[in-house]
Amino acid sequence: MADSSTQLESLAPPAELRRMTAVPTNRSLGWLTDKLTAFNEGKTPLWWWILFLPAAFSAAVVLPAMLTYKISTGVGVWGNNMPVMWGWDIINFVWWVGIAHAGTLISAMLFLTRQHWRTPIGRAAEAMTVFSVAMAGLYPAIHVGRSWFDWFMFPIPTYEGMWPQFRSPLMWDVFAVNTYLIVSTTFWYMGLIPDLALMRDRSKTRVRKFLYGLFALGWTGSARQWHNYEKAYLILCGLATLLVFTVSSIVGMDFATAQLAGWHETIFPFYFVAGAVTCGFGMVLVLLIPLRKLCHLEDIITMAHIDKICKMTLMMACIMGYIYIVEFFIAWYSGNPYDAWVFGHRMFGHQYWYGGWIMIGINASLPQLLWIKKVRRNLKLVFVIALLLNIGMWFERFVIIVGSLYQDFLPANWGVYYPTWVDAGVFLGTLGAFFMLYLLFVRFLPMIPVSEVKAVTSQANPHHSSGGVKGAKS
Amino acid sequence: MSEKNYGLVAEFDSPAAVLSAAEKVRDAGYSRWDVFSPFPVHGLDKVMGFKNSRVGAFSFLFGAGAFIGTMLMIWYMNDFDYPILIGGKPMFSPPMSVVPSYILLVLASALGAFIGMVALNQLPRLHHPLFAKARFALVSRDKFFLAIGSSDPKFSETETRRLLEEIGGAHIEMVEDND
Repeated sequence: MADSSTQLESLAPPAELRRMTAVPTNRSLGWLTDKLTAFNEGKTPLWWWILFLPAAFSAAVVLPAMLTYKISTGVGVWGNNMPVMWGWDIINFVWWVGIAHAGTLISAMLFLTRQHWRTPIGRAAEAMTVFSVAMAGLYPAIHVGRSWFDWFMFPIPTYEGMWPQFRSPLMWDVFAVNTYLIVSTTFWYMGLIPDLALMRDRSKTRVRKFLYGLFALGWTGSARQWHNYEKAYLILCGLATLLVFTVSSIVGMDFATAQLAGWHETIFPFYFVAGAVTCGFGMVLVLLIPLRKLCHLEDIITMAHIDKICKMTLMMACIMGYIYIVEFFIAWYSGNPYDAWVFGHRMFGHQYWYGGWIMIGINASLPQLLWIKKVRRNLKLVFVIALLLNIGMWFERFVIIVGSLYQDFLPANWGVYYPTWVDAGVFLGTLGAFFMLYLLFVRFLPMIPVSEVKAVTSQANPHHSSGGVKGAKS
Repeated sequence: MSEKNYGLVAEFDSPAAVLSAAEKVRDAGYSRWDVFSPFPVHGLDKVMGFKNSRVGAFSFLFGAGAFIGTMLMIWYMNDFDYPILIGGKPMFSPPMSVVPSYILLVLASALGAFIGMVALNQLPRLHHPLFAKARFALVSRDKFFLAIGSSDPKFSETETRRLLEEIGGAHIEMVEDND
């Protein structure tokens, strides 16, 4: 920590090399605790209801209605048809699973690389992961025509004696997405345990005390518990980091193993990981910029945090730009006429030509504005860029999926894809469910990891003057 | 109130205070004692003489088991029990089976780490003798507690209380064990 080295003034690093402290306010531990739990314990504000009710409506009414209609009638209620057999369902699946990755990257990978500044935003990012993977997992389950046979995808011994076919990346996907959901939930929940204990200790009513106490598992915060806890946390971080690179790679392989021009590319696993993280950073910004204001957390999630996420978004956008260039270059350099056809039509096609322009214009070009410090400091502008980035990344998946399928090898097979209102309804339903879950999380659980934040303050350092050492210079 | 006691607990204000108190309790020769804090206090592991946590072993064993188990499962299902030829690909080969096996390794290791953490910490438990003390609710806020168990061979109510007073503990209380 930068502060602990200030005793040796001659060795203090120059200002530009000093690491940002995790919690810029130099307040007492008690103040931090009160501040970070204030939103959970206060009265429900009006804005929460205004956001929550529409989200809950689409989650509790629109989504079940659409799913009932789709499952009882069949995939025909969607726009998917020959030759575009994958439509909005798979686009949304890839989009949701992609959003999840940035959360894990922030919470796990930045922990392993000892980026203490990630501490206040880690929990919020990880919650985003958990909820968006849940939304992603829904799509493959309903995309199969007969959802009541979903259990065929799992290796369950049955009287038929049939087994899943493990040579297919679609099979790997089943395992990858479910693993991601379980691991990220476990990681998120384990991080919550000390804070659930905190909420239990602070509860005024019996119901709250019982519920928080139940999920806190009887945590006392003893040194022995922390010792095992820290080890488990480190291991989970390492494993979750592996998943950042694995899950979207496997989603990419679903495409890359097909023979289709526009999909059959070795860059796809990496491409999908990079796209996932770009889109996810957009979502992190979309969630955090309003929440830090609405929950009065400007002291905790500071402009410096937004600045850092912006810089990472910028880096990912540059990687996206590089990948787009490589894709177009290979399409030309390979001399494959089908590839050239697909990639030419991405920008200048009969249908969907706008998708390619949106993809390059937003995902690779628009974030270049973030090079400018003034833009990174303008929260409204950053919010708009982040929102557009989410839309742009959605269009990228549209371009990849629909743009490659609608004109494949045989012109006799060509067709056009139009989504139906059921496609839109399911998407609206999952958006609602995501935001409903997120709002419930913000309301009832500490959005900022209180114990982790306290642990990285200088007051928590037993070798620092503010940690109670007598005689040390502050 | 039952006859059994859990031990004496003392309260401290800062991580540095509880760390130096822990050093003195260790030097006084106690063996059954623990420190409670709102976050892991740096350096306490060394003072209390903890060895490397066994959570890693849980995680490793779960993960290794899952990897080998999945490899065997895929071989059994796709090569032995019900072989189907698809695209001329081999019935069983490492490249195709390593991906699901690796994924399940991650899953099982993660669950292993979590289960190991919970089991080694003797959780979940619905009650703890210390929860009966009102001041102990501050442990998750900004106070630090040091408890010396009455099962410690060196424990004596007067002597231990005096030690806790000497090392700067406040609100020293006897905790009853009603479980």
